[in-house]
Amino acid sequence: MKKGTEINRGTRSYATKDNRFAIQTFSLSRKFGDLVAVNSIDLSIEEGELFSVLGPNGAGKTTTIKMLCCLLRPSSGTATIMGHDIQKDTIAVKKVIDVSPQETAIAEHLNAWENLSLMGGIYGLEKEEVKKRSEELLEMMGLTKRAKDKVRKYSGGMKRRLSIVMALVSDPQVLFLDEPTLGLDPQSRRSIWEHIAELKGKKTIVLTTHYLEEADALADRVAIIDEGKIVALGTPQELKDSISDIQVMVVKAKNLTIDVIEGLREKYPEVKEVEDGIEIKAKEFSFDEVVDYLRPRGVVIESTSRKQPTLDDVFLHLTRKELRE
Amino acid sequence: MRFMILAKRNFKEVWLDPLSIGLVIGLPVGLLLMFQPIGRLNPFFTPTILAPGIAVYAFTMLTFSSGMILARDRESALLSRLLTAPLRANDFISAYSLPYIPVAIIQIALVFGIGRLLGLEISGNAGLVFLVIFVMSIGYIGLGMILGSLLTSKQVPIVWTAVNLLTIFGGAWVPLEALGGAFQRAMKALPFAHAIDAARAVMVHGVGFSDIAVDFYWVLGYTLVFFALGTILFRRRMVE
Repeated sequence: MKKGTEINRGTRSYATKDNRFAIQTFSLSRKFGDLVAVNSIDLSIEEGELFSVLGPNGAGKTTTIKMLCCLLRPSSGTATIMGHDIQKDTIAVKKVIDVSPQETAIAEHLNAWENLSLMGGIYGLEKEEVKKRSEELLEMMGLTKRAKDKVRKYSGGMKRRLSIVMALVSDPQVLFLDEPTLGLDPQSRRSIWEHIAELKGKKTIVLTTHYLEEADALADRVAIIDEGKIVALGTPQELKDSISDIQVMVVKAKNLTIDVIEGLREKYPEVKEVEDGIEIKAKEFSFDEVVDYLRPRGVVIESTSRKQPTLDDVFLHLTRKELRE
Repeated sequence: MRFMILAKRNFKEVWLDPLSIGLVIGLPVGLLLMFQPIGRLNPFFTPTILAPGIAVYAFTMLTFSSGMILARDRESALLSRLLTAPLRANDFISAYSLPYIPVAIIQIALVFGIGRLLGLEISGNAGLVFLVIFVMSIGYIGLGMILGSLLTSKQVPIVWTAVNLLTIFGGAWVPLEALGGAFQRAMKALPFAHAIDAARAVMVHGVGFSDIAVDFYWVLGYTLVFFALGTILFRRRMVE
């Protein structure tokens, strides 16, 4: 479709299609009975962009990805991937995408080579090409030594890494990574981050996660999604700047009781219990005021500090929810 | 021919499960040997009469195994991943059916090979017997594709039991004439009795294709319908 073409579905008019974008969604929605899982999402993701979708469980992230991958039919609205409509031209969409699903998706009876050959072959790659790419990918994920072992003998982390590289063997233009590091130990997670970072700019990547550090470290832009709606969209810095008027004070202290914390909550809207203390967020407060409240109530203050807002703070501020709930 | 890559993987899944493959292949052999002594007392249980029924009954295991592997895979993350690949519903159905064709051929070879050792005789064209029985085996695989596309891996065994009973009473073990009436007519509406009757007619009476054409086309028609239905149902499952 030509740049700037207006598309219509019935009486509704959608945003304009634009070929600069690898992915565009037009009032994309999905209902399950009365539940609106995805509510009229409009997105435009540029080619080569690493776009992260952040949200708690049940926010609509996976439903959105499934619609974009042609696994779920939108209830209304539509989307295009590299210019191909996800409902009308599914095979063309499937030729340019690949997905690493949230669950580890591997053939347990096969070895790593055979798993990668399976995926490469299905996408129509020549044997030699599959072999060459598989060698690179197995090396990248540190799986070369165990490549000939049946994958059912692999550890959870190894299976996860294999599941991710299976999405890369077809060399897709658009890569969907649905919670790629979910349940991994910190070391494996960091290793996968490094590999994802290497792909930045080379492919359009949509990364769903509820690890804020992941989005902060990797994403060019982040959409925060809650109850099926996008509640914020921007670069990680833009999102953090959007709440720059919010001050965060961290108090490390002993003898903090529930009554004291509840008392603080009456003064300040956001008081969160953290390790060895509390975190207070407010547009205005003075350190003295907080200290003067805590000390007479028997609280032993070990330190106080001011913290820059994180994506976690942005999310909490916008949705009043913890991401890792 | 991208589906061949998936068929190759499925072939390994089938053959790397020794219990399942042992049962699929071992069942008809066990049944032939079991009924051998009864054949001396009742002519219905002689190898020549019984072999087509045993072969067709053994094909119910193809329905079970192919239905289960498809249903199990549909519930797995792997198939979710494969559904995002540029494959169509007929590619998936082909990839899940093909690995069972050699299994069916082995079943037929064993039933008729061991039957021959036990005294089985074919008066007519052996190729014609193979053709009818082989097309029926493909039909049972098609039935597996319907069950696997429509049901969960917990539901497949339940519905498969009905397929099993229909085959038993469709002339595999029990002569249809003995049941008579409406039941006989109902069984004749299904393909199983037609396959068994046609094969027996060639084996016992030495009839040619023209004499069994109706039975053959009945079996062929059902086989095509089973695959068409399996493909339609699978396509519906590809996008929720």
